[in-house]
Amino acid sequence: MLPETFIEIPRTFATGNDCLAVVPAYNEEATITDVVGALHRRAPQFDVLVIDDGSTDATGELAEAAGARVLRLPFNLGIGGAVQAGFKFADERGYRYMVQVDGDGQHDPGEIPRLFAAMDDHEGADMICGSRFASTTGYIAPISRRTGIHVFAFLLSRLLRQPVTDPTSGFRLYNRRAIALFARDYPHDYPEVEAVLMLHHHRLTMREVPVRMFQRGGGVSSLRGSGKSFYYMVKVLLALFVGLGRRRAVPEPGEAAPVAAEHGL
Amino acid sequence: MDLRLQIVAITGAVGLLLLVLELVRRRALLERYALLWMFSSVVILALAVWQDALNVLARQIGILSAPNALFFVAVAFILLLLLHFSAAMSRLNDQSKVLAQRQAILEQRLREVECARAVAAGDEQRHLEPLLRSGAEHRN
Repeated sequence: MLPETFIEIPRTFATGNDCLAVVPAYNEEATITDVVGALHRRAPQFDVLVIDDGSTDATGELAEAAGARVLRLPFNLGIGGAVQAGFKFADERGYRYMVQVDGDGQHDPGEIPRLFAAMDDHEGADMICGSRFASTTGYIAPISRRTGIHVFAFLLSRLLRQPVTDPTSGFRLYNRRAIALFARDYPHDYPEVEAVLMLHHHRLTMREVPVRMFQRGGGVSSLRGSGKSFYYMVKVLLALFVGLGRRRAVPEPGEAAPVAAEHGL
Repeated sequence: MDLRLQIVAITGAVGLLLLVLELVRRRALLERYALLWMFSSVVILALAVWQDALNVLARQIGILSAPNALFFVAVAFILLLLLHFSAAMSRLNDQSKVLAQRQAILEQRLREVECARAVAAGDEQRHLEPLLRSGAEHRN
């Protein structure tokens, strides 16, 4: 929500689109041009917003040259803070749908229609996740990471009482309600798993749909090495279980806005 | 408790208290953080001066020698302070995240407004092209 003193963005820039593609990118100069280009080609109804998460290379410039809008974070916030900047942007500009696509090229913008189709099929689904495991696909994650994914998948499936196969996937489509929720409160370091649970606590729903993913096109994963994977697992497990004990106001299903989301500071 | 040890403990606690007060006076330490420091140095000072209390405390928690109880209390306060600072840091972390996000969003908004003014001034192509391309051109 904007204060009234804000200058209206002139019509010239209201592109008329109500879909926003958010691409969090940290030092992804090897792939960002292709990712933005692929989004423009394969998902032309989307405005493209690249979040340059304090990159030290030319990621921001390349993204801009490729025709994307770029949010330049003044320092590295990590994936959670970067994606949340995208939610805030989408929320303020009134986008109705937001898709999140990694800047490393592992997500195929050609699969976005599938996410949309799934949102149509499951009316009332607030978030659609592209899953690598919901069916057999070419993607093979490193074993250390796969273990973590399956542990989370198991836990979340129990907690949500619905099958969740790939809770770490960052290839997601959100509707207005999910955007509004995450603009106000989004988890920190490794947010995807917690975000699924948050959504559930706020009585919003998520569905998965199988998608094809590529191996990373370049750059360095934020989760390299089994040490980091282990840290990731422990950290997210802590967040999950402590999060279960947090008190929340519970909105009724179908309520217009997720009211329990904590407001900023 | 040995008199020498008592003198050292009292000097230390008084020194800490004075240092904290001086830092607050110079505005180098916020009162919010100073309070916990002052409270801990006062408690340590009280225990160092008032031997009976220290002995009672030591007996209650099963510590054989009273001076160890003094150290125990001191360590407990240090842990409490560290936790307090971790919490303060977490809050700062959160606040700086929000600031960074706002700043980036405002910067983008400013660029768009500036571009729009450039357009109004008839200076079309120069600034505009990356922004507009993302929306219009690719859709056609």
